[in-house]
Amino acid sequence: MSRDAGKLSLILLFTPFALWIGLLIILPQFGIGYVSIREKVGINQYEYGLKNYIDFITEPVYRNTLLRTAWMSILVTALALVIGFPIAWYIAKIARERSRAALFLMCLIPLWVSDLVRAYGWIVLLRETGVISMTLVKWGIINQPVEMLYNDMTVIIGLVYTVILFMIVPLVSTLQGMDDALLEAGYNLGGSRVTVFRRIIVPYAMPGIVAGCIITFMLTAGSYLTPILLGGKNSSWFTEQIYNQFITRYNWESGSAFGVSLLVFTSFVVWAGLRLTGQSLATTVAKE
Amino acid sequence: MQGSAGLMWIYRGYVVAFFLYLVAPLVAAGVFAFNDSMFPSLPWNGFTWDWFFSPNEPKLGLFHDDRLLQGLGNSLYIGVIVAALSVAVGTCNAFLFVRKDFRFKNALYVLMVVPLVIPGVILGISILVFASTLANLADQWFGLFLTWLRPGVPLVVLGQFSFLVTITSLVIAARLQKFDISLEEAALNLGASRVRTLATVTLPFLVPAMFSAFVVAFLVSFENFNTTLFLVGSDSPLTITMYDRMVKAGSTPVLNATSVVLMLGSGMLALISVLAQRPKKQA
Repeated sequence: MSRDAGKLSLILLFTPFALWIGLLIILPQFGIGYVSIREKVGINQYEYGLKNYIDFITEPVYRNTLLRTAWMSILVTALALVIGFPIAWYIAKIARERSRAALFLMCLIPLWVSDLVRAYGWIVLLRETGVISMTLVKWGIINQPVEMLYNDMTVIIGLVYTVILFMIVPLVSTLQGMDDALLEAGYNLGGSRVTVFRRIIVPYAMPGIVAGCIITFMLTAGSYLTPILLGGKNSSWFTEQIYNQFITRYNWESGSAFGVSLLVFTSFVVWAGLRLTGQSLATTVAKE
Repeated sequence: MQGSAGLMWIYRGYVVAFFLYLVAPLVAAGVFAFNDSMFPSLPWNGFTWDWFFSPNEPKLGLFHDDRLLQGLGNSLYIGVIVAALSVAVGTCNAFLFVRKDFRFKNALYVLMVVPLVIPGVILGISILVFASTLANLADQWFGLFLTWLRPGVPLVVLGQFSFLVTITSLVIAARLQKFDISLEEAALNLGASRVRTLATVTLPFLVPAMFSAFVVAFLVSFENFNTTLFLVGSDSPLTITMYDRMVKAGSTPVLNATSVVLMLGSGMLALISVLAQRPKKQA
C-alpha cells in the first residue's frame, strides 16, 4: 500500500468521526454554554453575563434540587453496589457454568425493556389501588389501601432498579477474570473472610466497581422518567427543573445554565471517581 | 468459597429475592394487560384480549388505537435509520482506532467514549439549542427556513445517533481487534485488491458484531426517552406517546398491552442478537 492511499483512507475514516464529535457533541456543548451566559433584554437583544448562574445559586429551590439530586444519586449508587455485588459474585464465582450464562441473561432482561415500561410496572405494583396495597388489605395486614407512590423511598427503589444492571454487568466481567487461587492463597495465609474480601477481592474488582459506579451515578443524576413517574410532580429532581425551564417556561437561557451546571457536576464526580481510584475512562467505561 | 450450608442457603435466598425484584414490575405490567377492567389494578375481573384487539371505545385495543400505532410506527422507522447510521459510522470509527495511527489518538479515543457519560437530557437540550441557533441564523442571514433543524424526526435521529455511535463503535472495535491480520495479508499476497480483501475477508468477519451493534442501537433508540423528549415535534415516538398518555390522560390497561408487545418484541430481538454473537465466543 502506498503512503498516499494510507493517508487517503485515514482522512476518509477520520471525517465521519470528526463530523460526529464536532457537530453533535462538542459544538452543541459550547452552544448551551454560550446560551447560558446571555440574558434576553428585548426582542433579539441580549446582554451577556453570569446572571443565569447567579439566579441559580441564589434561588434556594434550584440549589436544593441539585443538592438533593446529588445526594440521592450517591445513595442510589451505593445501594446498587451493595445490593449488586453479592449477585455479581454469585454469577461470576458460585453458579455453575450452565446456570451462570442463564443468570447473566436474566440480569439483562430488564435492560431490554424501556425505562417507561419498568416505571409503569412499579406504578401498577405500588399505587394505592395497586397490587401490593390491595393484597395487604386482603390478607388483613393493613386496614385500608396505602399510597406507596410519590415518596423518596419509592423513587430510590425505582432508581436502583433502573440502574443496577449497569453495576452488575461490569462487576461480573471483572470478577470472572479473577483466579480462585488468589482466594485460596489468602485463606491459606491465615486471612479471615473479611481480610480476604478487603485485601484481595475488592482491589481486584476495583475497575469493575469504578466503571459500575460511574455509569450508575451518571444515569441516576441524569434520569428524568423514574423520579417523575414514581415521585410525582414534586419529586424535585434536577432534570425536571431543566425540562420546566426549556419546555414549560421556554426560558432557554436559564435552562442552559441548569444544563451546564448538571454537566459540570456529573463530569466532576466522574473525574473525581477516576482520580481517586487511579482508573481511566478508556479502560473502565469503554471496556464493556 | 467454603461457607457453612446455612449461610449458603441465605445467600441463595438473597439471589432468588433479587431476581424476583427484577421481574416483579415487568410481570405486573404484563398481567394487567389481560384484566377485564378500566384500570390497571386489582381486583381481577377476568381474562380478556380486549386491550389488544377491541375495536371500539371505551376499551379501545392497542391494535385499533391510531395514536399508539402511529407512535409505534415512528419508533420503528426512527430506530432503523438511527441504527443504520450508527453502525456505518461505528464501523468507520472501529477501523480508525484499531488500524490507524495518528496524532492525539488516545485523547480522541477518550473523546469518543465521552458521550456515554453525558446525561441524555443534556445531549437533548444541547442539540436542540444548537440546531435552533443554526436555523435562526439561516433565517436571519439568508431567509432560509430550515424546518429539519426544528424539533421533529430529523433532530430525534441526530440526538439518538450522537450517543449510539459510541456504543456501536465499541462493539465493532472489540471484534475487529480479534481479527487475525495475517488473513488479510494472505488475501493480498494471493493478488486480491484492497477493496476485495475488505469485502470478502474483513467485513464478513465483522458482520456478527455489526449485526448485534445494529440490534442494540435499535433497541436503545426504541426505548430512549431522555434525549428524545426535547427533540420531538409532531411525530412522536412510542415512548413519548405513552408517557403523554400516562401523565395527562391517566392510564388504562391499553398501556399494559403496549408494554407486553414491547417486552415481547425487544426480548425477541435481544435473543436474536445474543444468538448472533454466539459464534464470536467460540472464535
